[in-house]
Amino acid sequence: MSPESSKRFRVSAYNFGFLDEGSKREIRRSTLKAVAIPGYQVPFASRELPIGKGWGTGGMQLSLSLAGSRDTIKVIDQGHDDSVNAVSIRHLIQSCTQVEMTRDSQAASLIQSRHRIPEIPLRKDQILILQVPQPDPLKKVESHEKKVKQLHADKDYKGMWLHLYEDISQWGDISISADYPSTAHERYLFAPSPLPRWDVPKLNHSEALCLLGAGREKKIYAIPPHTQVTPLAFDDVPFTTENFGKASCKNCGADNVYLDEFIDDETGQKTYSCSDTGYCHQRMAERRIQ
Amino acid sequence: MFDTIQHEPVLSVQHLSKRFGPGCSSCDEQKLPSNICAACGTIWACKDMTFDLFQGEILGIVGESGSGKSTLMRCLHFEQEATRGAVYMRDYDQRSTDTLTISRQEKQYIKDHVLGLVYQNPWEGLRMDFSSGGNIAEKLIAADYRHVRTIDQRAEELLEKVDIPIERMSECPRYFSGGMQQRVQISKALANQPPLLFLDEVTTGLDLSVQAKVLDLIRMLQREFHVSILIVSHDLSVIRMLADRTMVLKDGDIIETGLTDQILEDPQHPYTQLLVQSLI
Amino acid sequence: MGYVTVTGGQTAIEEAEKLLHHYRTGQSSHPLHPETIEKQMRLLVDRIMGEGGLYAPDHASLALKQAEGDPAEAAFLLRAYRSTLSRNFYTKTVDPGEMRLIRRISSTFKDIPGGQVLGPTYDYTHRLLNFSLREETEEDFSEFLEAVDIDSEQVEQTPSFKKVTELLKAENLLADSEMEQEQEPVDITREKPAFPLSRSARLQSLARGETGAMSALAYSAVRGHGKVHPTIGELRVGYADIEIEYPGRENESLYIGETMLTEVETVNSFTETINNQAGGLNLGYGLVFGHNELKAISMAVLEHSLATEGEAPVHDEEFVLLHIDSVDSSGFISHMKMPHYVTFQAQLNRLRKFQEEEGGKPEDESRKQ
Repeated sequence: MSPESSKRFRVSAYNFGFLDEGSKREIRRSTLKAVAIPGYQVPFASRELPIGKGWGTGGMQLSLSLAGSRDTIKVIDQGHDDSVNAVSIRHLIQSCTQVEMTRDSQAASLIQSRHRIPEIPLRKDQILILQVPQPDPLKKVESHEKKVKQLHADKDYKGMWLHLYEDISQWGDISISADYPSTAHERYLFAPSPLPRWDVPKLNHSEALCLLGAGREKKIYAIPPHTQVTPLAFDDVPFTTENFGKASCKNCGADNVYLDEFIDDETGQKTYSCSDTGYCHQRMAERRIQ
Repeated sequence: MFDTIQHEPVLSVQHLSKRFGPGCSSCDEQKLPSNICAACGTIWACKDMTFDLFQGEILGIVGESGSGKSTLMRCLHFEQEATRGAVYMRDYDQRSTDTLTISRQEKQYIKDHVLGLVYQNPWEGLRMDFSSGGNIAEKLIAADYRHVRTIDQRAEELLEKVDIPIERMSECPRYFSGGMQQRVQISKALANQPPLLFLDEVTTGLDLSVQAKVLDLIRMLQREFHVSILIVSHDLSVIRMLADRTMVLKDGDIIETGLTDQILEDPQHPYTQLLVQSLI
Repeated sequence: MGYVTVTGGQTAIEEAEKLLHHYRTGQSSHPLHPETIEKQMRLLVDRIMGEGGLYAPDHASLALKQAEGDPAEAAFLLRAYRSTLSRNFYTKTVDPGEMRLIRRISSTFKDIPGGQVLGPTYDYTHRLLNFSLREETEEDFSEFLEAVDIDSEQVEQTPSFKKVTELLKAENLLADSEMEQEQEPVDITREKPAFPLSRSARLQSLARGETGAMSALAYSAVRGHGKVHPTIGELRVGYADIEIEYPGRENESLYIGETMLTEVETVNSFTETINNQAGGLNLGYGLVFGHNELKAISMAVLEHSLATEGEAPVHDEEFVLLHIDSVDSSGFISHMKMPHYVTFQAQLNRLRKFQEEEGGKPEDESRKQ
C-alpha cells in the first residue's frame, strides 16, 4: 500500500465492513426475502459508499453485509481480477474487513463480479454477487416504477414479449446481447445483471446462490440454488449464446469459454484471450506443471 | 340466425350496479327517480342490471350518453370495479365463479383469453407506435402464442380479412385513417378468436360509407367466428343492422328488452317509442 | 476491436492518486485552509451541505478542499461520510417561523408586518468583476469591519416575525390542504419508499436535490412546460435553533446548536387546484440547509408541481425525484467510464451474426448495397 492510500482510510475509524451493524442487518434481511422469492426485486435502503453509485455499490453492500472474518473473497470486473475497478473494490473490501482475498474462483466463498460468471461451475458453498445497474427488465417497455411494479404483480409480461417480437420482425432475431430478460421459476421476470448471453444458462439450476444488488436503484434480488432460469424465447426463434467460431485463447488455448477480442499492435491480426483471467491463469499453471 | 342460439348463456350478468360517489342511506338505487341521488350527489351509472348473452348472439345495448352503457361495458371488462352484482362467464370456469370477485391475475387471464373489446376511440385499443402486425401480435402473445411464424401468418390473415393491404402491416396505425384504425382494432380484438366480443360505439365518428363497411365487417366476422357479441351504441340504426336482441338503457336502468325487430315495430316504453320515432 | 484493460491495476490506481495529489496542490506555496473555505466560500459550502444531506460546515469545507472544488464530488464525500454516522438523537421539530432572520422578503405584498429585510443578497449588486479583490489584504478586512460596525450580537438577536402565509391563513385565503397528516416522517435514508411517495419523503428528496438540476426543472415548469405560476409569498433566511429531548426528562429540551436555513413559501393561483378544489390559494414549500435561495425557490415550485396533475415532466414525481440527486446522477453518468468490453463483445457478436445471416441485415445497410 502506498503512503498516500494508507492515509486515506483509517480502518479503526470505521466498523468491520464499513457499514454499521444495523445497516448490514437490514441488508441481510432484504437478502433473505429475495432468496425466498426468486427473481423478485426487494427494495432496500441503499447506503452511500465510498465508491460511486453505478460503480458497484449494490454488489458492495451485499458483500460487506455478508463478509465474515472466515470468508475468502474474489472480486472480478469483466472477468478480470486486475482491472482497475476490480482492484479498487477489492482494496476497499480488504481495507475494511481484513478478510483473505483470492483470484482463484474455487478458493473463494464469496465472489463479487460485474458482467461475468466464472467459467468453472460454482459450488453450493459459494455465493456469487453480481453488480446490477438496471434491475428491472420492464424498464425497457415502461419507464414508471409504480406501473412496472403492478405489471410484475399481475405477471403481465406481454409488453416484453411484444418488444421481443418486434425485434424479431425488424432484425430476424432478438437483438438483445447482454442482460437478456429471463424468468425465475416461471414467475418473476428479472434482469440477469448485464451478463452476456453466454453466462445466462449458468444461472439455471446453479449449485451456488446468486445475489444481485442494485445500489443506485435500491433493489436486491436473488437466484437461489437450483432455480429454473429461462430466457424468454419464442418456440421457433430459440435463445442462443455467443459463438466465437474456431477462436481460442492465445494464452491457454481454451476454446469453450467467453473470449475477449484484441487487435495485435504489430500484425494487425485479431487475437483472443479468456475473459475469465483467473481460469486462464489456472490453466496456464497446470500446463507448466505438466 | 336464431336457430343457432343455444340456451346456455355465454355471459350472465346479475344485479350489476355501479355508483360514482360515496352513496348514502337514502340512495337505494332502485327507488331513485333518475340516476343521481339528490341527497348525496352520487351518480348510479348502472342500476341493478340483469341479463344473459347467448352463444352466437349479438345483443345490442342502446341508450343516450349517460344511460350507463359504456360503464356497463367497462365493468364487464374489469376496467371499472362494479359496486355490486355478479358476472359469470361460460368460458372462464363454466359459470361457477363470480368473475367480479377473482384476483387481478385471473381477470387478466379472462381479458387475454376470453374477451375482445373494441373501443370507440382506436387510441385506447391500439398501440399507435407499434406496427399493425405488432398490435395483433400483442393480443396473440397475451393469449400465449409463442411461435413467431404462426403469429405472423395469423396477423396477415386477419389484416387481409379486414382489408388492410399486407404491405401496410409494418406501418403504425397512427398514420392510418379513422376507418382503417377501427378495422385494425377489430382484427386485434378477434385475433385469438375469443368467444366474447364487446363493441363500444365502434362506428361513432366515422363517415357514413365507412360506417357501413365496418358494420358489414362485423357481420361477416361474427358469421365466420361464431363469436357472441355485446354491442353498445347510441345509434339505433347500428343496432337495427346488427343486433338479434336489444336492451334499451335509460338513467342506468334496463327499461326494455326484446328481439330487435319487436322493439322496432312495437316499442313499449315511452322512451323507446321516442327513440324509434326519431329513427324513422 | 476490444481494448486492453489496464493491467497492474493497483499500481495504476496509486500513480493516479499521486497525480491527483499533485494537481490538487497546484504547485502552490499556500495550502488552502478548510477554514478559509468555510468562511469565504459560504454559499458553496451551504450548497454542499444541502446536497450532502449533512449540516456540517467544517466537513463540507474539507470535502471541497479534497475535491478541488468539484461540487458533485464534495457532496458525494459528505454523503459517504454521513452514511457511517450512527444516529444518537432525533431533533425536535424545527419551526422556521421562529427563525432569527437575516433576510426576509415577500413578493406578494408591498409591505409586510415586520417589514421587508433585504439582508445579504446579490440581487441588486451589479455583476461587475471587482478587480480590487485581487489585492485584498487582512487589513482591508479589519478596516471594513470597523467602518461598517455590524454588531454580530445584534444580528444574533434579530427578532423573529410572523410568517406571511399566516396572514393569508388568518384571512381564510388559503385552500384547505387535503395533504395527509403523517405522524412520523419517513426517513428516505433508512428505507426505500415506494411510489407514490408520502409528502415527507418527497420533501426530503427535494431537500437533498442538486441545485442546478432543480432550478432547470423548476424553470421548465414556470416557462410553460408545467402548470405552475407562483409568486413568492415569503423567502426567509435565518438561524433556527436545534433542540433534542432532554435525555431522561420528557417535555424538556436541550439546545444543541443552530443551523442556517432558507425557507420559501410560494403562493399559487386558486385555479391551480390540488384534487380539483377551488377553495383558495395553494402553497408550495421549500426548505433547505444554509443560504441557498435558488434551490429553496426551485424546491417550492417543484413541490407544488408534483402535487398538481399535468402532462409535463415536472408533474411526474418519478421523473423529478429520481433525477435530481447529484450522487445518483453523477455516479451513473460517470460509471460509463468503466470498462464495458464484455457486454460490448456480446453486442459485436450479435451484430456479426445478423450481418452474416441473409436477410438479417439492417434495412438501410442492405439498401446501400
